[in-house]
Amino acid sequence: MREKEVIYGLYNDEVDLLNAVKAANADHLDIMDVYSPFPVHGLDPLLGLSESRLHIAGFIFGAIGTLTAILGMSWIHAHDWPNVFGGKPTLAIPSFIPITFELTVLFASIGMVVTFYTVCGLGPGVNNKTLDDRISDDKFCIAFDTHDGDSSHIDKYKSFFSKTGADEVNSKII
Amino acid sequence: MSAIVSPIREPLITGNKSYHDITEDLVSPTEKAPGLAWMLAMGLAVTCLSIGIFCILWTIWKGIGSWNLNRTIGWGWDITNFVWWIGIGHAGTLISAILLLLRQKWRTGVNRAAEAMTIFAVICAALFPGIHVGRIWVVFFFFPYPNTRGPLWPNFNSPLLWDLFAISTYFTVSLLFWYTGLVPDFATVRDRASGFRKKIYSFLSFGWTGSAKHWQRWEALSLVLAGLATPLVLSVHTIVSFDFATSVIPGWHTTIFPPYFVAGAVFSGFAMVLTLMLITRKILHLEDYITIAHIESMNKVILVTGSIVGVAYISELLIAWYSGYVYEQFAFFNRALGPYWWSYFGMMTCNVLSPQIFWSKKMRRNIFVTFVMSIFVNIGMWFERFVIIATTLARDYLPSSWSLYKPSIVEVGIFIGTLGIFFVLYLAFTRVAPVVAIAEVKHILKSSGDQYAGKNAHHHEYEDLPKEKHAHSHGGH
Repeated sequence: MREKEVIYGLYNDEVDLLNAVKAANADHLDIMDVYSPFPVHGLDPLLGLSESRLHIAGFIFGAIGTLTAILGMSWIHAHDWPNVFGGKPTLAIPSFIPITFELTVLFASIGMVVTFYTVCGLGPGVNNKTLDDRISDDKFCIAFDTHDGDSSHIDKYKSFFSKTGADEVNSKII
Repeated sequence: MSAIVSPIREPLITGNKSYHDITEDLVSPTEKAPGLAWMLAMGLAVTCLSIGIFCILWTIWKGIGSWNLNRTIGWGWDITNFVWWIGIGHAGTLISAILLLLRQKWRTGVNRAAEAMTIFAVICAALFPGIHVGRIWVVFFFFPYPNTRGPLWPNFNSPLLWDLFAISTYFTVSLLFWYTGLVPDFATVRDRASGFRKKIYSFLSFGWTGSAKHWQRWEALSLVLAGLATPLVLSVHTIVSFDFATSVIPGWHTTIFPPYFVAGAVFSGFAMVLTLMLITRKILHLEDYITIAHIESMNKVILVTGSIVGVAYISELLIAWYSGYVYEQFAFFNRALGPYWWSYFGMMTCNVLSPQIFWSKKMRRNIFVTFVMSIFVNIGMWFERFVIIATTLARDYLPSSWSLYKPSIVEVGIFIGTLGIFFVLYLAFTRVAPVVAIAEVKHILKSSGDQYAGKNAHHHEYEDLPKEKHAHSHGGH
């Protein structure tokens, strides 16, 4: 990823953050990203973030689990090595239900979690540069991409930060 | 803002905390050297673990004959302990998953530790199916994979195999759910750490930045995992109950077992969570995060599930009488009046009588009473499984086959070993990870902190609603 120079402001409270994002929208400023120590409700629609589609991935993986279980057990017990267990028919669907359910949940969970880390670009050994160590503590951050230090942009952002009450303003190359 | 919380509700975070205070309080136990209490507890736990390892190796070397299982009691302390540990594990998932779906904010004080407890309890439980089969070196036979023995497949109609899938799935999903929640908290620890500790927590936090989109997906993932974990936890103990219910043994072959076992699991799980949390909050000074309100809520769950278990016991007795089936009737005479009558009365006293104390609000909010009760419930639930398994098997259909069982020293040693595994893992967890969910507690501060809710609230959410002017920030509270 290209290195970019980022100018960011830190806020002390999520209400200030929400107000600032609204102000940025009103001024048509292009926010690069917003960082917070916990999920801030009301932020996603303001940033224009579309809803997560992870549940669709979950459903698809779950369906794969269901099919794997049902088809696997049916093939094993009715075709590959049919046995009579307790007088049951070889295709004992009610007996197959518990394992089918378990594999559905297992595949859905593993699939969704792996998808989550993949689309977020997170994982063991991933080292993303964070703008400030206090963001995971108690600061809320709005970051703008300065597009390589264009001074008119920088002034615009700085005045935006002072207008919205940012506690600190810094810039960093990430 | 999240859903409006009535200002007359009891606060869930006391001590007038700010976000930074929360970080400080919850991360600092991982940054300090362990105190004497931790060292002593860890020493004891490691001793128990060593006893367990020795006894397990003895069992594998000498065979199941070193246990006292025999006709007709083929399942004794091994399966009693297995079901006990699995039951304990259920509270973690209930607290994280079901209470998330029910929007109970108080879950945030205890969910991280409870989920960790679930994972460690399932590890202890999973030991028993492995070692009780005798030939642990061919235990991979359980798994359905194409092999050169036919291919020989396991029997998918057997509840014992359903158990294997259920417990493996339960362990995996609990681990994933727990770890997903831990990633942002590890990032908090990482950002305060330096040197080698920083490298470790960087690795563990997966590069988490706190970006809005990531939080959005994190919340969506937590919600769907909670939705999956809820039927999962209900199904796991149902499937464990099927190990008994699908048999023909009187006292086992009853349809009440699935709900009875699930309620009993939640009951014993919450008791273990309370035992752990009461000690943890004292030692790590977390009384502001695991408040009396949390303890009272957990005691209410114990009261409800204990009563359900009590109703289940009475139903069993009623149906045994009503059915007119002599073998079922005898099974219950035997439990109450046979050679193991003391375990039945222990079970009844600990599980049915003692939780009734929690009808009193004063008792629900009393820490000492809660602690003693949590121990009683754990003991009572152990007796319940012993009553179901060993006493029933000791006296089934054919009187000429009747026998008695008492555990060998090796079996007792293995049980002690599982307590050792559990506490070693739990104590290690309290050192390396934040015991309370940091991000989730911060998330509820504005609605449930004692500055905002409860008798001493002086700050109300509506004061913080966005105003028209952006002239100045609010500053500290």
